[in-house]
Amino acid sequence: MKTICFYFQIHQPFRLKRYRFFNIGRDHYYYDDFSNEDIMQRIAANSFIPANRMLFDLVNQYKGRFKIAFSISGIALEQLEIYAPEVIDGLRQLANTGNVEFLAETYAHSLASTIDPIEFKNQVKQHADKIEMLFDQKPTTFRNTELIYSNDIGKAVYEMGYTKMITEGAKHVLGWKSPNYVYTSSVKPKLKLLLKNHRFSDDIMFRFSNYSWNEYPLTADKFINWIDSLPEKEQIVNLFMNYETFGSMQPSHTGIFEFMKALPHFAFEKGMSFSTPSEVMDTFKPIGSIDVIYPISWADEERDLSAWLGNTLQKEAFRTLYEIGERVRMCNDRRLKQDWLYLQTSDHFYYMSTKHFSDGAVHDQFSPYPSPYDAFNNYMNVLSDFIERVRAQYPDSVENEELNALLLTINNQALEIKKLQSELKTVIDRNVEKLVESPAKSKEKEKEEATDKKSEKGKNQ
Amino acid sequence: MFGWEFPPHILGGLGTASYGLTRGMSMQEDMDITFVIPRPWGDEDQSFLKIIGANNTPVVWRDVDWETAKSRLEKFMNPQEYFRMRDNIYADFNYIHTNDLGCIEFSGKYPDNLLEELNNYSIVAGVIARTYNFDIIHSHDWLTYAAGLHAKTISGKPLILHVHATDFDRSRGDVNPVVYNIEKNGMDHADHIICVSNLTRRTVIEKYHQDPSKVSTVHNAVEPLSPEIMAIERITEVSEKVVTFLGRITMQKGPEFFVDAATQVLKNSNHIRFVMAGSGDMMNKMIRLVADREIADKFHFTGFLKGKQVYEMLKSSDVYVMPSVSEPFGISPLEAMQCGVPSIISYQSGCAEILKNVIKTDYWDVDGMADAIYSICTYPGMEEYLRVEGKKEVDEIKWEYAGQKVRDIYNKFVH
Repeated sequence: MKTICFYFQIHQPFRLKRYRFFNIGRDHYYYDDFSNEDIMQRIAANSFIPANRMLFDLVNQYKGRFKIAFSISGIALEQLEIYAPEVIDGLRQLANTGNVEFLAETYAHSLASTIDPIEFKNQVKQHADKIEMLFDQKPTTFRNTELIYSNDIGKAVYEMGYTKMITEGAKHVLGWKSPNYVYTSSVKPKLKLLLKNHRFSDDIMFRFSNYSWNEYPLTADKFINWIDSLPEKEQIVNLFMNYETFGSMQPSHTGIFEFMKALPHFAFEKGMSFSTPSEVMDTFKPIGSIDVIYPISWADEERDLSAWLGNTLQKEAFRTLYEIGERVRMCNDRRLKQDWLYLQTSDHFYYMSTKHFSDGAVHDQFSPYPSPYDAFNNYMNVLSDFIERVRAQYPDSVENEELNALLLTINNQALEIKKLQSELKTVIDRNVEKLVESPAKSKEKEKEEATDKKSEKGKNQ
Repeated sequence: MFGWEFPPHILGGLGTASYGLTRGMSMQEDMDITFVIPRPWGDEDQSFLKIIGANNTPVVWRDVDWETAKSRLEKFMNPQEYFRMRDNIYADFNYIHTNDLGCIEFSGKYPDNLLEELNNYSIVAGVIARTYNFDIIHSHDWLTYAAGLHAKTISGKPLILHVHATDFDRSRGDVNPVVYNIEKNGMDHADHIICVSNLTRRTVIEKYHQDPSKVSTVHNAVEPLSPEIMAIERITEVSEKVVTFLGRITMQKGPEFFVDAATQVLKNSNHIRFVMAGSGDMMNKMIRLVADREIADKFHFTGFLKGKQVYEMLKSSDVYVMPSVSEPFGISPLEAMQCGVPSIISYQSGCAEILKNVIKTDYWDVDGMADAIYSICTYPGMEEYLRVEGKKEVDEIKWEYAGQKVRDIYNKFVH
C-alpha cells in the first residue's frame, strides 16, 4: 500500500527598506513595512486563507484519513501574527484536528547550520518553543532551511535530540537510488531521512499550469495513476512544496484547488493512504544510508548552496554577519536580538545571487531589488549600522572571551546581590512586625510571638 | 566603407569603433574592406584593410607622371590606384579648388565649412564607386551618409548605415535641422540601418520614423589592451580610494550629477577622493560648483588627458563613474573594466544594455550613485567581485562577434 506524504512550507522574509549609507548611525529601523505588509496580505488572501479552508474541509471530509504537515519559519509566523492573524487561526484549527504535523526548523529561516553551530541550536530551540506556544505541539521532525543537509548538519541535528529529518532527493547524491524510501544518515545511523520526490513535487509546484508541458493539463486521476504505476516496493511519495503553490504560484484560475480537492478521492480509490512525515519514518524501515559530504538543498539545477553563497558578494556579506554573532549573543538588548534574527534570513543572500545572469530567471522574480549589487549594497549598509550598534553595547577593546568572563562575574554578582537583598528584606519585615504588632495583640498571641522571637534570636545568632 | 576618422588620429569614439569593427570583420576570410576617410596621415594600420584618402582621389584629370604620383602618394597607397581612379572621373569638377594632382583638400576634422566638405566627400565617393568593385556600401555616422547614398545611386549596391550617434543624443533633443535632414534622408534611402544600442535604435525608429524591420542593433565591443598598457602601474600615492569621472565635461555626460554624488559621499565619509578628468564647455562651471559645495579639498580636476595618460588615470582609480544623460553606446566603461576598475554607469547609456557586472543607476539618482560609490570603496567583497567578474565579462565582448553580426546583416543583401 502506497502512502503520500505532503508537507507545505511557509516562509516570508522581513524585506529591508532602501537604506542608504548616510542612514548608517542615524536610522536603526531597517524594514520595508509597506511591502512586507502588502506581500503578506496578498499571499494570505490569494493562497493561505483559501488553502487552509480547503485542507480543513478535506481533513473533515475524510474523517482523519487525510493528513498533511507544515513547516513554518519563525519569521513567517511573526509576520502572520502582525499582518494576517487569521491565517494563524486557520492553522490552529488544522492543528486541533490532530491530522496535521508541524515540523521544526530554524527560527530565522537562516543558513546558520552551515557556519555557526551555537546559533543553529539556539534557533531550532526558539522555533520549537514558538510552535509549541502557537499550536500546542512539540515538533519531532526536523526540516532545515531550504532542505539543506550534509553529514555535519545531520550530526548536529541528531545531537539536538531529533531522530527524523527531511531533505532533498538530490540526484547527484542519490545516484540510482530512489527517493521513495526512508534512509538513514551515514554518520548517525539513528537519524532517519525522508527525501523529497522532486519530479512529482515540481509537477504540482512549477509545471501544473504550464501550457507547453507535454502532460498539460494535469488532473488528479492522471497524477495518482503515475504514483500508482511506481514499482511495488517504492511505497512512499514525498510531495514537498511551498504553501504558496495554492493560489499564488499556481493562481486559483488554473484549477489547483480543484486538483487538490480531487486528489484524496482518487488516492483512496487506488488504496493509497496519507501520512505525516513522522508517521512515515516511524512505520517504514530504512533501506540504506546516505552520505552527503557537501551540503545539498532544493534550489536550482545544482541543488547546492550556490544560490545563497555562490559569489564573493554573498560570501562577504555572510561572513561579516556571522563574525558578530558571538557578541550579539552576549547582549541583552531585545531589539538587537530581533534584528539579528531578521538579518540572518536566507532570502537576503538569495537576492545577491548573480546566477540569473546565466540561468534561472527564478531569482529575479522574487527579488525586491533591481540588481544583485543593489541587494548587496543595501544589506551591507544595514549590516554596518547593526554592527555599530552591537559594538556600542560593550567596549571594543575587550576580547570576546574576556568579555564573557566579565559578564559571567557581573551576572553572578547580580544574583548574589539579589539573594542578599531578599534575605535582608525578610529580616527587616520581621522586625517591623515586632514593632508594630506587640501592644495591640492579645496575650495568647504575644506568647506565640515570644516563642517565635526566641527561635529567631537563636537563628540570627 | 565610408568613415570620417581612423586611428591613430582620432577626435572621438567614432574612430575607435570604426577601427574595432573593421578589424573584427577582417577576421572573416572572405571579407575585403576598403575604408574611405577624408584625410589619412600615412601611419594608419593597413594590414587588414585598404585605406583610401578622399584627399588623394582625383576628381579633375591632371597629367601626372608615375614618379610624381609615387613620391606624393606612396605613403598612403599604391600609386597605381591613383591612375585607376583617374580613369573614372565622371564629370567636370574644375569649378572646385583642387591641387596639382586633381584632388580636393580635406581637413579631416570638423571645420566650420563642414557642409562644403561633406559635399566634396560625396563627389569623391562617386569616383571611388566607379573605380572599385564591391558588394556592400557601409557608411559610418551622418557625415558619410550622403557619400554612401551617392555611391549607391551610381553602383546600385545596397547601402547600410551605421548609426553611432544621432543628433538627438548630441543636442539633448534640440536638433539642428540641416543635420537632421541629412540623417533622415540617408536613413530613408538606406537598405538597412545598424545602431550601436537599442536606445539609439528606438531614437531612429521614433524620431526618424524608420521601419523597425530595417533597423537592427549591433552593440559595440572593445579592443583588448596592449601589454604595454596592461603594465602601467597605479601612480597615485594617496591612501584614499579614488573615484573617477573621465570624458568630455559637457551636458551629455552629466558631470553635475557626479559632483552632487561626490558631495553626498564626502559629507559622510573621509576615505574617498574624487577626480574629474577631461575638458569641455562645462568645466569651469563644474569647478565653481565644487567650490560652492565646499568639497574642493577632496575633488580634483586633471584637465584634458590623452593617449597613455587616460590609462594611467584609469589604473589609478578604484571606481569609474559615467553618469551620462544620453549615450548612444559609451565605450569608456568597457575600457575601465579592462583595467580592472569597477564601474558605475547610467541606465541611459547604450552599454548598460549589455553589461552585467557593473552598477547601474539613473543619471539623476544622485543618492543611488553615492550609495554605490560608497559601497565599492567600503566593502571589499563588492570591489573584488566587480573587478574580477567585470574583467572577465569585458574580455568576452569582442569585435569579432560584432563583426559577425554585421556580416549576418550583409548576407541578407548579398547572395
